Amino acid sequence: MRVSLTRRYRFAASHRLYTTKLSEAENKRVYGKCSNPYGHGHNYVLQVTISGPVDSATGMIANLGELDPFVQREVIEPFDQKFLNEEVGEFREQVATTENLAREIFRRLKSFPSARLERIRIEETSKNSFEIADEAEEVRA
Amino acid sequence: MIRITRKVEFSASHFYHNPSFSAEENRRVFGKCNNPHGHGHNYVLEVTIAGEPDPTTGMVLDLKELKDILQREVMERMDHRHLNYEVPELAGQIPTCENVAAVIWKLLEPKIKTGKLDRVRLYESPDLFADCTADAPCEDGARA
Repeated sequence: MRVSLTRRYRFAASHRLYTTKLSEAENKRVYGKCSNPYGHGHNYVLQVTISGPVDSATGMIANLGELDPFVQREVIEPFDQKFLNEEVGEFREQVATTENLAREIFRRLKSFPSARLERIRIEETSKNSFEIADEAEEVRA
Repeated sequence: MIRITRKVEFSASHFYHNPSFSAEENRRVFGKCNNPHGHGHNYVLEVTIAGEPDPTTGMVLDLKELKDILQREVMERMDHRHLNYEVPELAGQIPTCENVAAVIWKLLEPKIKTGKLDRVRLYESPDLFADCTADAPCEDGARA
């Protein structure tokens, strides 16, 4: 039997799906209303899953007193109430799709020192969610 | 292979305290969960069974049977109980979400005779849950 622990966080941010690699007409065709130049926002819900041995002294895989401030510092503070395209450096170069956002969040959280980051799942809306797992580093909608 | 999931809810109290830690260490490690008077949660338990549907009944297992197992093994032990004092299977362990989920896995696994226990997911709150899964990968390789 193996045990994992999942914690849920929330942040609100805006983005615009647009790439300079495509013409204006192609951007409009590919991204539709998501390419509106002023951007639009979502209430993102992030699930962070960690795994590893349960410490017999604490009963924990990792102390939430460590995980919460780590996620706060790495993801919530830099992303919450921000325009991702303009205010998060990584999205100057790549489209701020939630696939790319999931990869970026995974990259930022992977260095959590007290347990293995097994998976993250991000819900852009209640209808769309994206997951990235440690093994395959595979994004699926 | 088909996975079926049954959900039950129970309410219980607990607190975190390790007698081999000093009072200061208990407060530092466990924070407000160390309050000796305890506090409670509405736990939500999702139990997933994997197997092939029986060709005659079309069922992986009879959900009524699973409901009875959950009632006997989990609800009667844990619902409206203090997990530190009233659940012998948790004696000597800190009743964290991880440990309670693992105890539930160990209680249920030998009782599932049709299909195979695939996952125990225990929500302590909507923002926190622990999953227990089998060590060996499932047949269809969907979950390591």
